[in-house]
Amino acid sequence: MAIPKVCGIETEYGILPRGTDPNPITASSLLINSYLAGALGRRVSDIGWDFVNEQPANDARGFFPDEVFAPEVEMHMVNAVLTNGARYYVDHAHPEISIPEVVHALDAVLWDRAAEEIVRSSMRHAQTVLPDGAELVIYKNNSDGKGNSYGCHENYLMDRATPFARIIHQITPHFVTRQIFCGAGKVGCELPGRNSDEIPFQLSQRADFFEEEVGLETTVKRPIINTRDEPHCDPEKYRRLHVIVGDANMSEVATYLKVGTTAILLAMIEDDALGGEWRLAHPVSAIRAISHDPTLRTQVKMASGVTMSALEIQWGLLERAQKYGKSHGLAVVDETVGHDVLQRWEDTLNALESDPMSLAHQVDWVAKWRLVSGLAERHDLRPGDARLKAIDLQYHDLRPERCLATRVGLERLVDPEDVTAAMTNPPKTTRAYFRGRCLEKYPDEIVAANWDSLVFDVGSEPLRRVPMMEPLRGTADHVASVIDQSATATELLDRLGR
Amino acid sequence: MAERTQKSKQASDRDATEAPVDAPVTSETGEKLKAELDDLLDEIDEVLETNAEEFVKSYVQKGGQ
Repeated sequence: MAIPKVCGIETEYGILPRGTDPNPITASSLLINSYLAGALGRRVSDIGWDFVNEQPANDARGFFPDEVFAPEVEMHMVNAVLTNGARYYVDHAHPEISIPEVVHALDAVLWDRAAEEIVRSSMRHAQTVLPDGAELVIYKNNSDGKGNSYGCHENYLMDRATPFARIIHQITPHFVTRQIFCGAGKVGCELPGRNSDEIPFQLSQRADFFEEEVGLETTVKRPIINTRDEPHCDPEKYRRLHVIVGDANMSEVATYLKVGTTAILLAMIEDDALGGEWRLAHPVSAIRAISHDPTLRTQVKMASGVTMSALEIQWGLLERAQKYGKSHGLAVVDETVGHDVLQRWEDTLNALESDPMSLAHQVDWVAKWRLVSGLAERHDLRPGDARLKAIDLQYHDLRPERCLATRVGLERLVDPEDVTAAMTNPPKTTRAYFRGRCLEKYPDEIVAANWDSLVFDVGSEPLRRVPMMEPLRGTADHVASVIDQSATATELLDRLGR
Repeated sequence: MAERTQKSKQASDRDATEAPVDAPVTSETGEKLKAELDDLLDEIDEVLETNAEEFVKSYVQKGGQ
């Protein structure tokens, strides 16, 4: 039986300090601290991140390949936990927000948009402490166009009992082909040894950076399937599939489809209802070839020897998912959201097949390509023109007065008022609720927090760690009344201990 | 969420010999989008970084995950 697809998104944002210290780590720290002090006016930054259970070097395959770069745990940098249950920190010289755990794709969109607004608010607050003329500009993208990439990762809760080899073989075709609707688009090519202008426009920001099918690395030799085995919950029961192969999306619909389709297919893999017939002969060359062809005609070789287009593979996956929806139901991804995702998935494939430009309000690469090709035509610009590359970057610029994505009429799925509320409120349906509410109500008595525990200091006693090893416990249904009744952390711990 | 009006189409209904679609160009929906695009490009000409060359050159990031 598939288990609920608790999920989340972590985004490393691009940062461009202008007229001030160019060091991106200093700038990222300033950005985050400005938000904590300015927007929250609270000592949230005093609550440390608790690294006790961080093991990013564990490999899901159960071994440690030689000569891999074990991901470093960066303990010395700004690392805050927010009352909405998110983590806001400096990672690899980028500001990063990991949204709180959510139970379906629509909530992932909501808290991902909230993260974007938190970053926008941070930029405004940083402005007040920077000298005149200086600013920190943040980009929600994944590449600088010069061969440097930074990630937008997704995480999905999975049953530990599902063989990892089955996950690898069966989800890879989706990771290679889903870019036709969730690629964020890119001007130029960043493959080493290739001229950037050889590929004037491609579907994905990230495809050029994937060099392996499976591996533990995340910053070099990036693999389509990342094997980091760090569940942040009960490791006997669960794994967390850490997906590093996606683009950061400006379009809510793209984020919705990216998370929604992936969650359904992973549930199917747990129920052994997907099958391996879309296995690719060469996933790494396929992900690039598909990205490099916005006409979507490219055929890739399957393990069976036949060739298929990305669209044909997606039709196959969708058809199987529709059958699964009928036979098993979609409760593990939320029935309503799940069926809506299936419908949109089908509509999107239809549109990609008949008239991709009709998706200019839903799919980022289409929206961006429309601007790039439109401006090229208007001013007779050739591939490689800086203005076309500027459009690519500025599509993701989070300054409202400069952002191009907010000008192209992207369809919205979530209410702006809900987004504002989600900047400070946690989801009610996961353990993020307990984390967020406690941080909001007892900030002075919490000394450390992380995904799977909170550490309280209530003075008289030794530090008390409250473990949260079950992602679906600590919801509003479970703990709202206990928190409401407890004026202090001591009362809360007494009630929880009873 | 917006109502979808497009008629659903099953993979099995598709004619495998169908000519591949052309690179996204225009169509009926395209007409409306084209008018909209002209306004959009006017706006972009205004908000695009004034020195595109310098801006693109200055955008250098450290690699991340």
